[in-house]
Amino acid sequence: MGAYLTRRFLLMVLTLFGMSVLIFVMLRLVPGNVADILVDSAGIADPKEKAKIVAELGLDRPIFDQYLQWIGGLFRGDLGFAYVSERPAIEEIAPRIPISAKLAGLALFFSVILGVPLGVISAVRQNTGLDYMLRIVSLSGLSLPSFWLGLLILMASVQWFGMIPIYTNEPRSFIDEVLLLSIPAAAVGFRSSALIMRLTRSSMLEVLRQDYIRTARSKGASQTSVNYEHALRNALLPVVTIIGIEAAFLVGGLIVTETVFNIPGVARFLVEAILWRDYPIVQNLVMLIAFIVVMVNFLVDMAYMALDPRIKYAD
Amino acid sequence: MHTRLAVIASGLAAFVIASPAFAQKQGGTLKVSHRDNPPSASILEESTVSVNMPFMSVFNNLVMFDPKEKINSPDKLVPDLGESWSWNGDKTKLTFKLRQGVKWHDGKPFTSKDVKCTWDALRGDEKQELLRKNPRKVWYKNLKEVTTNGDYEVTFNLERVQPSFLSMLAAGYSPVYPCHVDSRTMRSKPIGTGPFKVVDFKRNEAIKLVRNPDYWKKGRPYLDAIEFKIVPNRSTRMLGFAAGEFDMTFDSDVTFPLLNDIKSQKPDAVCEGRPSNVNQNILINPEAPPFDKPEARRAVAMSIDQKPFNDILFQGHALSGAAMLPPPAGVWGMPKEMLQTLPGFATDVEKSRAEARKIMEGLGYSKDKPLKVKVSTRNIAIYRDPAVILIDQLKNIYIEAELDPIDTTVWYTKIQRKDYQLGMNLTGLGVDDPDTNFYENFYSTSDRNYTSYKNPEIDKLIDQQSAETDQEKRKKIVWEIEKKLAEDGARPVIVHNIGNTCWIPQLKGVVLQHNSIYNGWRFEDMWLER
Repeated sequence: MGAYLTRRFLLMVLTLFGMSVLIFVMLRLVPGNVADILVDSAGIADPKEKAKIVAELGLDRPIFDQYLQWIGGLFRGDLGFAYVSERPAIEEIAPRIPISAKLAGLALFFSVILGVPLGVISAVRQNTGLDYMLRIVSLSGLSLPSFWLGLLILMASVQWFGMIPIYTNEPRSFIDEVLLLSIPAAAVGFRSSALIMRLTRSSMLEVLRQDYIRTARSKGASQTSVNYEHALRNALLPVVTIIGIEAAFLVGGLIVTETVFNIPGVARFLVEAILWRDYPIVQNLVMLIAFIVVMVNFLVDMAYMALDPRIKYAD
Repeated sequence: MHTRLAVIASGLAAFVIASPAFAQKQGGTLKVSHRDNPPSASILEESTVSVNMPFMSVFNNLVMFDPKEKINSPDKLVPDLGESWSWNGDKTKLTFKLRQGVKWHDGKPFTSKDVKCTWDALRGDEKQELLRKNPRKVWYKNLKEVTTNGDYEVTFNLERVQPSFLSMLAAGYSPVYPCHVDSRTMRSKPIGTGPFKVVDFKRNEAIKLVRNPDYWKKGRPYLDAIEFKIVPNRSTRMLGFAAGEFDMTFDSDVTFPLLNDIKSQKPDAVCEGRPSNVNQNILINPEAPPFDKPEARRAVAMSIDQKPFNDILFQGHALSGAAMLPPPAGVWGMPKEMLQTLPGFATDVEKSRAEARKIMEGLGYSKDKPLKVKVSTRNIAIYRDPAVILIDQLKNIYIEAELDPIDTTVWYTKIQRKDYQLGMNLTGLGVDDPDTNFYENFYSTSDRNYTSYKNPEIDKLIDQQSAETDQEKRKKIVWEIEKKLAEDGARPVIVHNIGNTCWIPQLKGVVLQHNSIYNGWRFEDMWLER
């Protein structure tokens, strides 16, 4: 196990290093740099002014030097300066992370809390009216884009309640914040919950047909015990995988939801930074996302072991 | 008895009207929706209303257009930091007596040195580190030097007479900057002398301004604070306004279809449509054959039928005009009868297109052998939508065009490289003034002459009108320039935009300026009645 963990750790470091090179190079291959854009925003294209900005931002230095400066800074906890706001990148990024983290956490919570039980119900009540209804709901969850759903929620709120659940003022308390974030979280989590529900259903159906379930039933175990103690635990294995993948994909869903509900989170900020070619912001945020994805994958692997004792990671 | 009561009542009414201090209410926070992240907070370095609207109230100018008037006009200027001004005999020296006792938001005194260093930087003095970008350098090409006489007198020394000079100083784009503050601070948390101070400018979130308690204009501003909430999604902005989350929409943010929604969701909203002095125009690359020939450029202009543009994009409210904003909102635009003689403005569109087809046939194109081009434009709806209509209209003169949407962030860079054939563009004018328009957009040496249009005759006429002190004579030269630009297909104008701005009925004292969206955002005369 120790050797496995060491191998895993080294692989994670290698993945992150690869990501850092990839994002650094790819950003610089995209046409237009921040100097072009800053000059462009003023409606002019004066080469002298552009050159001045390039020099000021250190973009005229060799790319290898720029890379080393960034990575060196990362190890020292210095994320550099945002090109557009001209403030330390950490000051720009840090306050936005908790907002997106809470939104993503809530969205994931909604998708699991809805997806897993409904998937189980749908499976154990297979081909009943309830199953059909749940399948229709899950299908709509998969086909409704979250930005459209978000706009629909906003329009309904204005029309029926004369209010709009958007993030215009900083919430005064934790409860306020949870309440404010729960609507966008539900909008973004709806799609994931539908996916989790469908996967839980099919996985449960497969497990419920296994011999050991029949044995449990014949031994007189109650339906609840069969469903939740014997079947669900084994059926959860592929569901855990998809929850891990969804956690990574959630960032994509957050971008549109943060835009529609006007949440000052990190996902919308990342898109804005890409448009402005604000390299320090983009590089650091992509690295952060890569780190989260790598960690989630690691945790998913560990969860396999907890769910299925037969799985052992050999030394 | 009745007569006495009537006299007392009318006396009271007169007293109330004559004492505005009794009517206006102090206090309250105005919440305004903002459409995007301003590139920076430095008005002098940027060219967008996204910067002017939130930050103009942080500063003062030397003079300004009378904020009570809807039309910015050179004969309606009022003092600001320049308490009074005078010209010398040959009108080449403009001297300002400056207001005394004015303080910057950081407590330092405002003096003539600040005026000098601001305009030294604007005219391109490389010793000045005040600006990183200078998009309006061309406005001050006639400014020889700025001299000071003590702390409270400053003189602008011009190369020659230029009646527009005062109008340029009055623009929202001409605030006075402090000498002692570095350019980075001015881009992120600027210091001014204006009625509001910047508390915070957080990208993707908000711009927060608070009342300047030491403002030199006593009793102003009325509002305690202004919060611009950055909401990039237009639907969310409009719904937010309808739900009472915002007191005012962003300037000209409400399109005509959205106006109907707002009126139905919030019937008490006050909405005003006005010309923004932004026009839709076609950029024609004179280096890309066959557009190197003036007749090919003219043919493009003659293919335009403004009506579909106006009906589809503005429900018929947009204005027809050439390079200058047409009257009555525009001070300098040519009369309608004259306009209809220009290519692209004929009332008989079919006849005009028949002529354009003949030109194209002369150049070797026909229905069977169309000219294939790309229409490049910024990849945002306000640019893309007219570009699509243009593509449809070009088919009438044997031009088969394809849309080439360009990432908005590199639009001008592409244009400067001349990496396009036809382009759909929007041009906004900071001041309704021929000097700012012609020197910026059509003068052969200007950085913002995107098509690199070069015509020595036009340059001469631009200089000539710029020096003409008789406004009526000057108008005639301006119209001649507009005519020649249209004939040359220099940058054919399609329509002049109209935009709607809405606010709650409790917000009082709003006067939108009808010939430039870039001016009139001082907010010092607005108050909330709640």
